[in-house]
Amino acid sequence: MINESGMFSLALPIVAIAASALVMLLAGILSKRDHAFAITGAAIFVFAIVGRLVFVAPTGVGFHGMLITNAFTRFADILVLLGAIGALVLSASFNQRVGIARFEYPLLVMFAVIGMLVLIGADNLLSLYVGFEIQSLSLYVLAAVARDNLRSAEAGLKYFVLGALSSGLLLYGISLVYGFAGTLDFAGIARAASGAAGARLGSMVGLVFVLVGLAFKVSAAPFHMWTPDVYEGSPTSVTSFFATAPKVATMALLARVLFVPFGPMLPHWQLLVEIIAALSMIVGAIGAVRQTNIKRLLGYSAVGHMGYALIGIAAGTAAGIRGTLIYIAIYVVMSLGTFGCVTAMSRKGKPVERIEDLAGMAAEDPRYALALAIFMWSMAGIPPLAGFFGKLYVFLAAIHAGLDVLAVIAIATSVIAAFYYLRVIKVMYFDRGAPGFDPRSIGMNVVIYASAIGLVLFIFVPGSVTVASAQAAHVLLGSGF
Amino acid sequence: MNNVFVNMPILSVLIWLPILGAVIILAGDSDRDSDGSRSRWIALGVSTVELVLAIALLAAFNPHASGFQFVEIMDWLPAYGVSYHLGIDGISLFFVILTALLTPVVILASWREHRRIRTYMAAFLLMEALTIGMFESLDFLLFYIFFEGVLIPMYLIIGIWGGERRVHAALKFFLFTLAGSLPMLLALVWMWQHAGTTNMVTLAHMPIPASVQDWLFIAFLASFGVKAAVWPMHIWLPEVYGEAPLPGTVMLAAVLSKMGAYGFLRFSLPMLPEASAYFAPLMFVLGVVAVIYISLAALAQRDIKRMVAYSSAAHMGLIVVGIFTLSIVGIEGALFQMVSHGLVIAALFLCIGVLLSRGQSRMLDQLGGLAARMPVFATFLMLFVLANVGLPGTSGFVGEVLVLAGAIKVNFWVALLTGTGMILSVAYMLVLTRRVLFDNARYSSNVATNDLNGREWLMLAPIAVLVLFLGIYPDALTVPFSHAVQTLVHETLAAGRAVPSGRLAMVTR
Repeated sequence: MINESGMFSLALPIVAIAASALVMLLAGILSKRDHAFAITGAAIFVFAIVGRLVFVAPTGVGFHGMLITNAFTRFADILVLLGAIGALVLSASFNQRVGIARFEYPLLVMFAVIGMLVLIGADNLLSLYVGFEIQSLSLYVLAAVARDNLRSAEAGLKYFVLGALSSGLLLYGISLVYGFAGTLDFAGIARAASGAAGARLGSMVGLVFVLVGLAFKVSAAPFHMWTPDVYEGSPTSVTSFFATAPKVATMALLARVLFVPFGPMLPHWQLLVEIIAALSMIVGAIGAVRQTNIKRLLGYSAVGHMGYALIGIAAGTAAGIRGTLIYIAIYVVMSLGTFGCVTAMSRKGKPVERIEDLAGMAAEDPRYALALAIFMWSMAGIPPLAGFFGKLYVFLAAIHAGLDVLAVIAIATSVIAAFYYLRVIKVMYFDRGAPGFDPRSIGMNVVIYASAIGLVLFIFVPGSVTVASAQAAHVLLGSGF
Repeated sequence: MNNVFVNMPILSVLIWLPILGAVIILAGDSDRDSDGSRSRWIALGVSTVELVLAIALLAAFNPHASGFQFVEIMDWLPAYGVSYHLGIDGISLFFVILTALLTPVVILASWREHRRIRTYMAAFLLMEALTIGMFESLDFLLFYIFFEGVLIPMYLIIGIWGGERRVHAALKFFLFTLAGSLPMLLALVWMWQHAGTTNMVTLAHMPIPASVQDWLFIAFLASFGVKAAVWPMHIWLPEVYGEAPLPGTVMLAAVLSKMGAYGFLRFSLPMLPEASAYFAPLMFVLGVVAVIYISLAALAQRDIKRMVAYSSAAHMGLIVVGIFTLSIVGIEGALFQMVSHGLVIAALFLCIGVLLSRGQSRMLDQLGGLAARMPVFATFLMLFVLANVGLPGTSGFVGEVLVLAGAIKVNFWVALLTGTGMILSVAYMLVLTRRVLFDNARYSSNVATNDLNGREWLMLAPIAVLVLFLGIYPDALTVPFSHAVQTLVHETLAAGRAVPSGRLAMVTR
């Protein structure tokens, strides 16, 4: 345990975001004009600084066992910040275009990120729940941020109702665990879970509820129903945030909850995670086939991707966690790029979302088309793009852990998924049309091209991400068993 | 000569040069290249340099040394035993050269293409790089990346520049091949975690339990079988070959189908020797059915492009039979046939391209009488037709004879039925020749019948010379093959003999 003065340095990134968010909130309220653009820029700047602070903050446990920092939380924090920065860059000009450029937008993103950093670092079910709610409440508001738009309001409400349900389930699960384990502390639960059989059984029931609550948030099947609707209804800038940072945070949290407090119960939850992973892959693959709206398509694709990422967790080994982390890291970049392309889809200031609207893109704007094609091929897992390596590492973990059936389901769904990713490319390259999209902002171009180049060049430096994620995985298992 | 390459990573240059060319073409300013001539010349220049390098490689290759030559190895994922590992032996050498030879030829063949010419040329250069990379890889993961990466340029080539049903054909090609390759990915991952490395030289000497070998063999068969269009995994082939633009069909038939056959030789045989012996009868059946059934199907075609496509698939059956005789003669025959088939099928498709570029129909009943109007073209076509049916003196003959010689040692009926298939090939190829060259002219008067121009001479003459040269002097191929094939066969047979006799019950020796 670190002494009192050291505790705050542990939470330095969280404190930094919270303090600057409050200052920016005041500035936003007090000024007469709406400085949305400036505040977005400031938020991006703060995130970039915090990205450095994550490494300045010491590793250890603080706040009486409420918060922990280590290589694993650092890895996840950086991914969350990356996703948030990318989503904010995309939002700046998009929000202006659709008339939702308010200073509250970047602030809500910042509050959501605070929640995510808290829940990634939670070492106690109570701090986990607090982080979870800070994140969720901000996200509910974000989904409904275009309040004059019927679809956005509907998405916000839908997300809120289902999200509240999942929070309720989570809380109920937490209370059950507390009842049987007698503590909310991760280490204490781990001790109880490896102890008496009665406590283990009770914790198991609690764990199922916790798992369901978290599966809701990462949009894993069969708890994915909200995903396509919310993806479609929310403004695209919000969707691009939903698709990145919260997914990383919740997936990281899922890994931590399963491996740290419930690590001793691995044989009990393994099958459960396998089923969720398999269902997610199947639902994601089949659900997306008939979609005509690109955001709905990406919603189902996200469900499928979460399924692949869960394979690593289901494997229950360090190699598996490493696979999941690499998968999520690559997924964040792919999502950012893809949503960068989607935010750029607009005619005369009005966003268009049908896949057919992309027809003829390759002739009109070959660079955009090539970038989006790279994202689609990468999501389909075609080498030499980065998405292939994500799949490779989780397959490696699955085969190593003897999850052959899951691996076979994964390759079968990969083929189906390739079908709809290819359709996007087909529309751009093979069909005739004149998209006539509005010129893209610099921010969009930066996100799109940086992601595309990153995915292409990943093959030359697979080592760096692999090493970082392997370290993170070892930390997690080291504290769990 | 060898000294020149000591300090030059020639195999890497062969891979990266076309990629560089593709990047230059794509990154170029589109306004300054409105007619695409800059892209054409860059593509032609790069692919010609490739060809020169490949010929230099052939000259520097030592046919009497065993093992891999020009080996390059570099750490890539050292913690997982994966490296950037290149090298060639007698088996892969000629496929590198074949690819390097055919790429400039197809670029010449598409000189008149004008739709999105930059993407087109970049796609072909990219495909050349990936194909050559695949033949040079000595690391399984690297191999897989190249093997699968070829899908990307090929999908675009079929889908953008193909015929009427191009979109459907492109999708079919992509999904069939992907569905075939993914089982191989699982097999790769299994072998990777079993051996701790993806080094193919190590994997080839790693003992694998017989029960697992069977599964791995099936996974490899799914992948290589689809790529090589082995019956019944050829069902994607007629439509894709038919709809792809002609230069794309040439690459598909001449080079991409060889990837599958090469995979059998490089993976199935040395890594899974017991399963190879166990499944050899199955492969004979698939090969024989391919030769006979697909030949009959070819006979029923009215479209010359599809007829040649079926002919290509039928000959792949012959190659499969040759490979799974597991004997030196048979495998050398299969390799010879692979090279020869690559040349001959490419030339036949190019001849069809010559006809199409003159506004001629693809339908047999709308062609005819060209022997009198286009005598030079007719001579070339006749030569390639005869090479395709295996007339002595052409390269097609050597491969067929060696394969049959290998097959007859294993099983008389396999040899007999394969031979029958070859006779059928004579039937449909002669039908094609008669209809195109000698029957009464049925074409309408507005199509051109001018004979070959200089560019077309440049495409067809080198192939014709090679076909004749290899027919007269087969040692040019068999000597460089022999070391690699002998090593392969001795290792495979040695492992096969160690199998308990019960497992060999399926083999009808």
